[in-house]
Amino acid sequence: MSATPTLWSITRRSLAKDLRLEWRSKDAINSMLFFALLVVVIFSFGFDPTAEESRRIAGGLLWVAVLFATVVALNQTWTRELRNQVLDAYRLSPAPPQALFLSKTIGNFLFVAILEVLMVPLFVVFYNLRSVGPVWQLLVVALLATWALVVNGTFFAALSIRTRSREIMLPLILFPISIPALLAMVDATTSILTGDNSPYFWMRLLAVYDVVFTAVSLLLFEPVLNAE
Amino acid sequence: MTKLYKAFSAVTALLLLYGFCQAWYIAPTEATMGNVQRIFYYHLPSAWVAFLLFFVNFLASAWYLIRRTDGADALALAAAEVGVSFCTIVLITGPIWARPIWGIWWTWDARLTSTLVLWLIYVSYLVLRHYATGGQVPVLAAALGIFGFVDVPIVYMAIRWFRTQHPQPVIGGGQGSGLDHTMWVAVLWNLAAFAMLAVLFVWARYRQALAERALEEAYIQAEGEAQ
Repeated sequence: MSATPTLWSITRRSLAKDLRLEWRSKDAINSMLFFALLVVVIFSFGFDPTAEESRRIAGGLLWVAVLFATVVALNQTWTRELRNQVLDAYRLSPAPPQALFLSKTIGNFLFVAILEVLMVPLFVVFYNLRSVGPVWQLLVVALLATWALVVNGTFFAALSIRTRSREIMLPLILFPISIPALLAMVDATTSILTGDNSPYFWMRLLAVYDVVFTAVSLLLFEPVLNAE
Repeated sequence: MTKLYKAFSAVTALLLLYGFCQAWYIAPTEATMGNVQRIFYYHLPSAWVAFLLFFVNFLASAWYLIRRTDGADALALAAAEVGVSFCTIVLITGPIWARPIWGIWWTWDARLTSTLVLWLIYVSYLVLRHYATGGQVPVLAAALGIFGFVDVPIVYMAIRWFRTQHPQPVIGGGQGSGLDHTMWVAVLWNLAAFAMLAVLFVWARYRQALAERALEEAYIQAEGEAQ
């Protein structure tokens, strides 16, 4: 470790700690995966689509399933730090709060990305999915959309651990704000799968959303962390 | 209640009455829509007032994070509550008009959807305030207030990408739009009346929130002295 830790080195260390904890306990990823699997199965009971139809609805189903599963993971992000007053220790330490926020966000990003990698094949199998548009576009949409979900989600999870009934609080504040991002990820995915429309407007919108909310989160995380 | 507040209330009541007369008796009946159009004199002022109050909430939230004054937090709370109330009026008067004119109560058109999303965002703000506990409420609420406001233009862009069924903006909506002179008068009177009403409510709620806080502090102090 260098003499003066930088924002990035602290972020990396904190992230490594979170990943190691997750690797050993597998709390978040297991519950998230099983939850997403349940959602996919229940959806396929609810709708019985043909291949043509499934292209039109799969974008919506996939992202709604990811959104719900993300909430399961996000709820566990900060509760781990409440035990043994770890969060209070963070507050006392001179480490920049942004490093903590970034490491949590990147950690959640990785968890949700792994979830998507495992879930997409399931969708392809259960819904007989074949994309008309190019697959690399789907990849870009997935990266942008996942960041959009976890950046706000990590921030709002930090808000909701301070409230009564914190588990239910997170979706109540996260979903309304995320509506434009959801609209964008669903429509971009549907446009690519069906090949009917250009997804570029939605991809740009997602990128703008990511940049704006990453900036706002980094700016506002310090007062939220230190709120008494 | 102060004298100023009473006087303000009286003026607001008179304005509301005058606005009512303007909207119901003086403004002409709209050529194709008939009397149903008169709901517009309440719909539009409510919408403008609600949007304005959400902006006030944003400013007060930002001010709170910079200066940490109780007043800023009380104002943010009052503006959000009254704003949600007026936004609810917008969402109720809209469908009442839409049913006879469009033949449907609701459609997922750009303006309707963005107003609904806006309403959802600020309801979630109030929910957070309700569930958060202790002295951290103002900070958490202020952060969410800023998030909500930053989200508004993005919501608007996202939802505008769908086609629009709402009547084009009647005021400043380009060629062919525009109101008859007497309709304008009715709109403006009602806008003034609703704005006054909103100020009145925010004012009352603001004072109440501050009084609540003072009471809480006095209670804690009394408890400390008793021990």
